[in-house]
Amino acid sequence: MFKKFIGNSRAKSPWIMHFDCGSCNGCDIEVLACLTPLYDVERFGVVNVGNPKHADVLLVTGTVNHRNAKVLRNIYDQMPDPKGVIAIGACGLSGGVFRECYNVLGGVDKVIPVDVYVPGCPAKPEAIIDGVVTALAKFEGLKG
Amino acid sequence: MKTIILIILGIVIAPVLGGLIAGLDRRLTARLQSRFGPPLLQPFYDVAKLFGKEKVVSNFWQVFCAWIYLIAAALSVGLLFAGSDLLLVFFVQAIGAVFLVMGGLSTPSPYSQVGSQRELIQVLTYEPLLILVFASIFMVTGSFRVDEILAYEQPLLVQLPLMFIVLGYALTIKLRKSPFDFSTSHHGHQEIVKGILTEFSGPYLGIIEIGHWYETIFILGICALFWHTSLVGCVLLIASTYFAELIIDNTMARMTWRWMLKYVWSIGLAMSFVNLIWLYAG
Repeated sequence: MFKKFIGNSRAKSPWIMHFDCGSCNGCDIEVLACLTPLYDVERFGVVNVGNPKHADVLLVTGTVNHRNAKVLRNIYDQMPDPKGVIAIGACGLSGGVFRECYNVLGGVDKVIPVDVYVPGCPAKPEAIIDGVVTALAKFEGLKG
Repeated sequence: MKTIILIILGIVIAPVLGGLIAGLDRRLTARLQSRFGPPLLQPFYDVAKLFGKEKVVSNFWQVFCAWIYLIAAALSVGLLFAGSDLLLVFFVQAIGAVFLVMGGLSTPSPYSQVGSQRELIQVLTYEPLLILVFASIFMVTGSFRVDEILAYEQPLLVQLPLMFIVLGYALTIKLRKSPFDFSTSHHGHQEIVKGILTEFSGPYLGIIEIGHWYETIFILGICALFWHTSLVGCVLLIASTYFAELIIDNTMARMTWRWMLKYVWSIGLAMSFVNLIWLYAG
């Protein structure tokens, strides 16, 4: 019973952490828009934390380059299991318009495993919330 | 026998009540910010989730200190419910507060270090005020024992109105509300990442959260002593005090520790002084 409650709680309390991996700020503003009174994701227990050690879901926006790949990897490694990763925006998915640049590695999935892809340039807040909900399905799959 | 039952009752009921108050707090805060807010049971979901997470610790001291913090907080609430000595309750509570700081200082992370130093200053700020509140309760009722204070026939609020405000400062600091939320902060707020709690994660963060619920109940229990004669008055007093905390939290900016030390000590000590003189002369 206790295990079931923990499983339910995982889906009800996803603490997100947002990492700007070289984004143009378009997607970042949309991520933060989710927290405003208009969308208010705290209704679903989502809290925006600044600490990877407290986070359950990592939201990554922007392209990955050689410089910040290490940082992204480090943040991902600091998050305790179970955890989910959501790549947001065209750049996070594949590198977007910057994918041909000499310094760009490509999408987030080149560095860390990604669970959910949220397309858009920038991604709509509704799409981001939908992405988080989809990632929660992964946690629900862990129910004991 | 009755004492043991009361202690167990306190230890079992306090976290449930504390969690519900935390949930109500988040909901009301959301409404004050014209948001809808999370469900009432959200703090329980958060803690249950934290207990289900992988254990990641930097060193043994974090685990030890988190547990001591929880045990000290639970024990202080249990002793308060059992009608024990206020000074004993106070010192047990202080052990927990200091061990939380030690847990934060045990890791080399700069955020955790700075947060712990700030927490230490917060402890330094509210402990003398809390002692003054207890001393003034003693001057009115002639006893430090909670069961004897409860036998006093008049509400303490009548004779110690300023001391209640002083206790309000301690409550605001203890609840980590603005303007005093610089060692760590609540809800979605971030201050030096998460201050003293930065390096605690998973189950140990959950333990500290439960300890925090105990401490909330501890301070609110002390508040309740100020109107112990009627149950309605007691509930009314606690509810209005907590709502005032929420208003303060949502209207104030986060200040610095220097400001806190100057402001809280000067105003707090001045108010205690006036109240004690008034008590002595009147």
